[in-house]
Formats: sequence, structure tokens, C-alpha cells
Amino acid sequence: MNFNVKNIRKDFPILKKKINGKPLIYFDNAATSQTPKCVIDSISNYYNNYNSNIHRGVHSLSEEATEEYEGSREKIKQHFNAQFKEEIIFTSGTTHSINIVSNGFLNQLNNNDEIIVSGLEHHSNIVPWQMMAKKNNAKLKVIPIDDNGELKLDDFKRLISNKTKLVFVNHVSNTLGIINPIEEIITVAHEYGALVLIDGAQSAAHFKIDFQKLDVDFYTASAHKLCGPTGVGFLFGKKRLLEKIDPFMGGGEMISDVTFEETTYADLPHKFEAGTPNISGVIAFGVAIDYMNKIGFDNIQKYEDGLLNYANSKLKKIDGLKIYGDVKNKTSVISFNIEGIHPYDIGSILDKYGIAVRTGQHCTQPIMDHFKIPGTVRVSLSFINTFEEIDILFDAIIKAQSMLS
Amino acid sequence: MTIENLQQNLIQDFEFFEDWTQKYEYMIELSKGLDKMDQEMKSDKNIIKGCQSKVWLHADYSDGKIKFLADSEAIITRGIIAILLMVFNNKTPDEIINSDISFIEKIGLKEHLSPNRANGLYSMIKQIKFYAIAYSKN
Repeated sequence: MNFNVKNIRKDFPILKKKINGKPLIYFDNAATSQTPKCVIDSISNYYNNYNSNIHRGVHSLSEEATEEYEGSREKIKQHFNAQFKEEIIFTSGTTHSINIVSNGFLNQLNNNDEIIVSGLEHHSNIVPWQMMAKKNNAKLKVIPIDDNGELKLDDFKRLISNKTKLVFVNHVSNTLGIINPIEEIITVAHEYGALVLIDGAQSAAHFKIDFQKLDVDFYTASAHKLCGPTGVGFLFGKKRLLEKIDPFMGGGEMISDVTFEETTYADLPHKFEAGTPNISGVIAFGVAIDYMNKIGFDNIQKYEDGLLNYANSKLKKIDGLKIYGDVKNKTSVISFNIEGIHPYDIGSILDKYGIAVRTGQHCTQPIMDHFKIPGTVRVSLSFINTFEEIDILFDAIIKAQSMLS
Repeated sequence: MTIENLQQNLIQDFEFFEDWTQKYEYMIELSKGLDKMDQEMKSDKNIIKGCQSKVWLHADYSDGKIKFLADSEAIITRGIIAILLMVFNNKTPDEIINSDISFIEKIGLKEHLSPNRANGLYSMIKQIKFYAIAYSKN
């Protein structure tokens, strides 16, 4: 299939919107992706035609909803090539998924055990492990990053030992866009018997991921970064590992037997899906995955790489502009500052030109501390963006720079 | 001049601007004219932490009036600080407590004040009011 950005943009109703009288230019895709009409329609279709609770009723509506909901699980299983459907647990998003794993291992760590996180992590992949390490007296170690923002793998190899039980790394850094060498990290961790959780919040939208090939133990992603709705995501875990950990949320749906003395948990995946889930959201997530596959991840990746290279070389022409994480192996994010100008000022002025970027620390204060900066301006691209939009961004930055200096 | 008069003057000033660029250029001018805070005053005690740009606010109380000093890392934030100080500096605690801040909306800078922007300004106005409440009990 040919990739035609003009036609693709017609699928996104929000792109008709004007901001401050200018056509919206959306460069905040890493925070949340925009939603195609088919995904929006699937949500209203659910409420118009088969809204009912899943896995419970004997009636037709409930059966239809259950079928669609479980159909989404199958789509996600296939897309990411998990071995079993029950290895896909629906959650409210990556943060929820990470908390399932960190709480699940609460009782399984001892005093001398160690946990390793990368220095590129989002706060959501630091805080749960800090909380867990504190409760268990386990040690939290950090893989440092170098001047370019890349993980120092040699240091990782020095940090890891037989005491290491868990390793957590994001696949792609939300702040810098760097693709981390997770294949190597997983291989090394497994040599020491440690389990690996990969936070895929920033990777899943940009290239195809194969859980079995990666041999990853846990992986998580959020629907709203993959053209899906907010409030939905999934946790993948190898079946034997998910069976070994306890759920931290109790309630309906996740039980098989309840007396006042004891509860037996339901089988996977229901054990981790307590309460009524975000049914319409999960169904829409499946529609979003179908939509992206129809465009084709190879097409998406090729087009986005072209955009990134163009934006990278164009922005570098601006005097005093410094890009953080300017390395070869990256995807769709450019994080920068302009000498002498605070990122907030740039972002405020770009907004006036209808350009949405994110400014600040991007929930990664340790990275900001590493570079000794208060924040950055982050331009995050997706396949709905155009080369012309990058030209407009370039002109707007030049104007902002002249206003602010 | 009363807080209300000062606010009315600002609203009138801002009505002259034809578009946002003039408004921003004016704020950048105000920002450059705002007294810089000494480095030692930019202490943790005075910091108002915002996710995006740091704001420092210091208050002194003498002769029944509150004297504020404030600063920020970001130019546009400093411009808004200059506007806030024009209105609230050297006023009595009661005047500040009873003032309304809707003028920010009327001069078209509301976007900078939303708690959503988390730029410290929303917290700064809250802090100005807290100082006023604290000093009114002196």
C-alpha cells in the first residue's frame, strides 16, 4: 500500500481545528496521539448498539460486548506476537501496568535483592520501584547515561549480578526519543536470572514489536499513544510469571471462589482485571491497532524516519539550538533548547502559531539534572505530520527567537 | 491608586494591542524592566515550584503594606510577574485579600494562569494572597 499523508490526515477530525486562528500543527504525539474517526466511531457504536457488562450476562448484548472485548485481546496478542492470549492483561495504561508488576513482586524480594532501572526512565517507571525497594529493603540501582543521553551498557554489565532480580528499562525514551538496546539488556539480564520489564509507551506506535522474539518477560503500552483512547493500555507478561504473582486490586471479575474466609483468584487474564473494565476503550484500542496495521508499520516507520531526519537537519540550522539525545538510533522525538531562552517561552510563542509542543521536564527530572537544564522543548512527530509543518515550525522558532532575545 | 484602578489601567493598555505579538512584545519589555532578584533571595524558602518555569516570591511587611519581590527563569513569566507586581505591590493585606484577579482574563493572559500550565504563576497568585492573609493577622 502506498503511504499518502494527505489521505491519512483526512481520517483525523481534529486536524481541521484552528488554534489562535492558525491550522493546528500537532507535535505532541509522544504525550498523546490523535484519534482517527474509525476509533472515535467505535466508541459511539459501542454505546449506541451493545453497551453492556462483559463476562457476566447470559443475554445477547453482553455476549456481543464480551466477544468484541476479547476480540481486542486477540488482536493485541497477534500484533505483538505473544504466545498466549491470556498473557495480555488490559489495564488503565502503562502506569497501572508497571504497578501490577511492582506490587506483584512485593512479597518475592529479599533484603539483599537488587533492582536495576535505567537513567532514562519516566517518573512512572522510577517511583513504583522506589516504593517497592523501600518496602522490601531491596537496593535500587541506576544504569547511567552518557553525554549523548545513551545508556552506558558497560556500566549495566558491571551493575548486574546474581542479586539482581528485576530490570526495568523503557524501549524508547519519552524525553530524547533514543531507542534503547533492549535486546542486549534482556539477554544479559537473563544470564543472571533477572526478569525484565520494558516500558513500551513510546515505542509501540512507531515500529513493530515481537514479544516472543525479544523473549521479554513483561512489556507494557498505552492505547492513547497508538491512535486509541485514553485510559486503556495493556500489560504483557509471560504466562508462567503472571501466574506466580498476586494481583494488588481485588474485586469482581478477578475471583473464582469467594467465602468470607478466603478467595481463590480467577485464571489469567481475569485475575488482574478486577471490576468492570473500560470496555469501549479496550474495543476501540483494537480498532486503533487495526487502523495502524492497515497503514502498515513499515510505512509508518519509513515515513517517520524521513520526517525526523528532515526536522533534525532543519532545526540544526538555527543558531544556538542544541538537540539533546542527538544519536543515530532514535525515533520521532527532538528535544532541544535555544541558548539563553527558557523552553517555556519558546513553547508559549509556538502555541500562538498554532503549534503544539511540550515543554518542561517531561516527567524525567533525572535526565534534566544530568544535562543541568530546567527543561527542553520537545517536538514529537508522528505519521500524521507533514514536511510542510516542519517548515512552519522552523519559521516560528526563528520568530520566537528574535522576539525573545 | 487602588488595586482596581491599576487593573482598569492595565486592561485599557492591553486594549490598544492589535494582536498577540504586540502583547507579547510588551510583556517582554516589562520583563526586562523588572528588578532582578539577588541570587541569595532565590532560595528554597522563596521558590514556588512549578513544573515548567521556576518562580521565586519574597514578601516584606512594613508600614502596613506588603512589598513583594519576584523573579522567574522564563521571560514571559517574568512579564506576567511584572504585571502582578504593578497591581499588588505596596498594598495593604486587606486590599490584596479583597481584590479580584479576573483582570488577567480580561487582558487575555488567562492561558498562562491555568493550573494546567503548571508554570508557577497560579501558585504565585495564591501565595500573594496567603501572605496577605498572614500579615492581616499581625
